[in-house]
Amino acid sequence: MTRTLVVVGHGMVGHRLIETLRSRDESGSWHVVVLGEEAHPAYDRVGLSSYLDGKTAADLSLVSQEFHTDPRVELRLNTGAAAIDRRNRTVTTTDGAVLGYDALVLATGSRPFVPPVPGHDLPGCHVYRTLDDLDVIREQATPDRPGVVVGGGLLGLEAANALHTLGMTTHVVEMAPRLMPLQVDEGGGHVLNRLIGDLGLHVHPGAATETIHADREGRVDAVTLSDGTRLDTDMVVFSAGVRPRDELADAAGLERGQRGGFLVDDRCRTGDAAIWAVGECAAVEGRCYGLVAPGYSMAETVCEQLLDLGDARFPGADMSTKLKLLGVDVASFGDAHAATDGALEVVYANNAAGTYAKLVLSDDARVLLGGVLVGDAGAYATLRPLVNRELPSSPEQLLLPAGGGVSTGALPDDAVVCSCNNVSKADITGVIDAQQAADVAGLKTCTKAGTSCGSCVPMLENLLTERGVSVSKALCEHFTQSRAELFEVIKATGITSFSELVTRYGSGRGCDLCKPVVASILASLGSPHILDDEQAGLQDTNDRFLANMQRNGTYSVVPRVPAGEITPEKLIVLGQVARRYGLYTKITGGQRVDLFGARVEQLPEIWRELVEAGFESGHAYGKALRTVKSCVGTDWCRYGVQDSVTMAIRLELRYRGLRAPHKIKAGVSGCARECAEARSKDFGVIATEQGWNLYVGGNGGFNPRHAELLAADLDEERLMVLIDRFLMFYVRTADRLQRTSAWIESLEGGLQHLRSVVVEDSLGIAADLESAMDEHTRDYTDEWSGVLNDPEKLSRFVSFVNAPETPDPTIRFTEQRGQIRPAPVELPVPTVRTDQEVSA
Amino acid sequence: MKWHRVCTAAALPPEYGVAALLGEDGAAVFRTAGDGLFAVGNVDPFSGAGVISRGIVGDRDGEPTVSSPMHKHVFSLRTGTCLDEPSVALPTYPVRYRGGDVEVGLT
Ligand SMILES: Cc1cc2nc3c(=O)[nH]c(=O)nc-3n(C[C@H](O)[C@H](O)[C@H](O)COP(=O)(O)OP(=O)(O)OC[C@H]3O[C@@H](n4cnc5c(N)ncnc54)[C@H](O)[C@@H]3O)c2cc1C
Repeated sequence: MTRTLVVVGHGMVGHRLIETLRSRDESGSWHVVVLGEEAHPAYDRVGLSSYLDGKTAADLSLVSQEFHTDPRVELRLNTGAAAIDRRNRTVTTTDGAVLGYDALVLATGSRPFVPPVPGHDLPGCHVYRTLDDLDVIREQATPDRPGVVVGGGLLGLEAANALHTLGMTTHVVEMAPRLMPLQVDEGGGHVLNRLIGDLGLHVHPGAATETIHADREGRVDAVTLSDGTRLDTDMVVFSAGVRPRDELADAAGLERGQRGGFLVDDRCRTGDAAIWAVGECAAVEGRCYGLVAPGYSMAETVCEQLLDLGDARFPGADMSTKLKLLGVDVASFGDAHAATDGALEVVYANNAAGTYAKLVLSDDARVLLGGVLVGDAGAYATLRPLVNRELPSSPEQLLLPAGGGVSTGALPDDAVVCSCNNVSKADITGVIDAQQAADVAGLKTCTKAGTSCGSCVPMLENLLTERGVSVSKALCEHFTQSRAELFEVIKATGITSFSELVTRYGSGRGCDLCKPVVASILASLGSPHILDDEQAGLQDTNDRFLANMQRNGTYSVVPRVPAGEITPEKLIVLGQVARRYGLYTKITGGQRVDLFGARVEQLPEIWRELVEAGFESGHAYGKALRTVKSCVGTDWCRYGVQDSVTMAIRLELRYRGLRAPHKIKAGVSGCARECAEARSKDFGVIATEQGWNLYVGGNGGFNPRHAELLAADLDEERLMVLIDRFLMFYVRTADRLQRTSAWIESLEGGLQHLRSVVVEDSLGIAADLESAMDEHTRDYTDEWSGVLNDPEKLSRFVSFVNAPETPDPTIRFTEQRGQIRPAPVELPVPTVRTDQEVSA
Repeated sequence: MKWHRVCTAAALPPEYGVAALLGEDGAAVFRTAGDGLFAVGNVDPFSGAGVISRGIVGDRDGEPTVSSPMHKHVFSLRTGTCLDEPSVALPTYPVRYRGGDVEVGLT
């Protein structure tokens, strides 16, 4: 029989609970109704601040398509729970509906605490908890105007970071004598105050907010502090702690914890056996937890009870934290304040470098109890799992850079490596040893480790190496170098042939992995034609015949149609060619016409006709720029704000023929409606009222990913410069067959790092990248014309050397819907391994 | 066995392959870096397509190889055996230089 579970609150923990329940409830014993007061389905609140730094609400969403279409889950947004009737087991919603339940889970989270100082509710006062809060803050923030954040804890600093990002002159008021008083001790706090101050934020420690003043229109215009300071300000953001949202408790007769929250036992059950509470609103044996990981373990506990899987209890929580604020690392773990009897503290402070580290040890100095790291939290990932365990080496060795830190080998098997998802070292090594994963991405999928805050990723890498899984960058058995290293070698030495390269820097005679890579690098560095001399033999078949091989050994032909704009005359030529050679014709997703079924020996004749009609190679066969797709833009569209077609043509003509580690797709949309789907491309350009936004790293196909904002509101010239740099940097540094999305994820520092290189030129290579692109554009020639004008190259386009005109007898077609298609092959086809190239 | 002329030696550059209309479905003839000559069947046994001659020539652990362009299966040029799937093999043919030409032998 199906029972009904009502979940109140669609936040991070409520959602995790439903996801876990649905993935394990194989018999479908529960129907779930979830009430969400916010307008958005569950999103990543931990990552909330990135909403001001390029991420969209969709990027932050935690909800998959399957969730929305799951017939056993009913999501009601913009709907709060107003009352609980325990006797009749019903919940009344804010819109008056009455829902019956068999089980009720409260997951209402917290509300920001707003101190009741005079003026706290004036217009211009905000809190920092939801997407809606951030929308208002963004709208009202004025660059270079002052803003005050009340509270210098973890969340306060996030809010301060946000105002700083929005360009405001930011003040942080903290009652305690130092920032982050809960996590960081006095010494660490001083270093932190200084580091944050150095970044241009004004820290006011040891001061309380006394009054908030209004101007004549009744808006915030100043704040006075207990030490008499008066700060002029446009905006006040309260971030002085949170309070559990337990307002449903009293009327329902549910007990509350001493400091608020629905009081529950260690199974997360309230006094009513049909009602549980999880996440920040739950007071587990009286204690509330303000982090997401404990909430996730509560969700796990409740799921097991709902599905009768066992008698799991909430194991208590690790309140360790690590964060990077304004580029400053801060971490605290275990007994950071040395509250344990007899605890010893070992402190290393380096004022010059601005780093502070403290370990808290047991009275015999043998067991690690906790610690604080400020300025450099590199040791956090290895130290945190050692809490309450014997130290593997001396404290100096663990902390000082020269000591080399802890190796993962020293960790006991049951040490928790990923505390967000509660994954132990043994869980991870088990997966590695069973050969279920051979890289970090695989470990993430199999164990969930590293998928939340990511601080344990370096440990995952160490564990892989320690278990003998080499994460070797060697291209293949012939080269120990990675693609990026070979690029540097070829660029520096000026070598122009594979033979010379493999003789001097490799071994053997090469293979289908290294040869195309070297061919691509030579092309990127300006070799005249990809089929010149020895290079022809390095190319994959598609490049070798400048067409795309299909399943029966014939090829498809895709001429360039820049931006997808085509005259009727040219369209007719395509139709005529297709008809003359009997080619199957299809429109592609990149706004091209694809002609299929051409035999090798037909390719030159077909292309002669196309070139004569003004077409050129479309590089659909190459690891190169494929297409720049566009919408119609201002010329025709009623909504367009910029001329997307002209822009797309300009981009396509600039980057055509550029050889890269993998194919490159692009899109240009003339307004935010995004009809060109630019955010699913390697680079996407979207018009704004002020200019153009540039997005990078999107991907469709196997691993869909939205492109992320690299820079906003650019004029045309600046846009081209940034794309030049982005593409050249990718061409030079990415791995073989690595799309831009995977490349960005693999960069240490990810998008931030990319932005610093491309936008801020942190490596000082921008001019070099730009001139390389200028050279590429200047030297571009059409590859197909290059073949048609060269008898030597043309001579290779034959079916058989000894019978150049005889069609290959293995090629046979049948008909379907009025066009040809390859005839089914009669062979018993053995299982065929799939190529790595599965992405779109 | 009878020898069939395929092309001039000049028409077959080192580390390159050509297809020849011979036997049932054609042969793929390759010249390796040290001017070694090899001939194998042109039809990829995994897809049934006549594409082996268009594969990339190289070596694996010193064994001269060609990689099928269809799904990248690697075959030994000496024995025809698929190194990734040893139960599958291409037929092999004798091949030689003769008076500036390349010839393949068929029985
Ligand atoms: C800026 C910021 C940064 C953070 N950084 C970190 C971090 O680095 N690490 C970390 O571990 N944690 C962090 N947190 C805390 C983390 O977000 C919370 O611990 C987590 O979201 C708790 O999940 P929850 O489901 O309990 O509550 P929430 O995610 O708050 O969800 C509760 C939901 O219930 C809804 N609701 C409330 N009452 C009702 C009702 N009566 N009816 C219907 N719906 C209702 C609310 O509107 C809300 O959507 C951060 C929080 C913020 C705001």
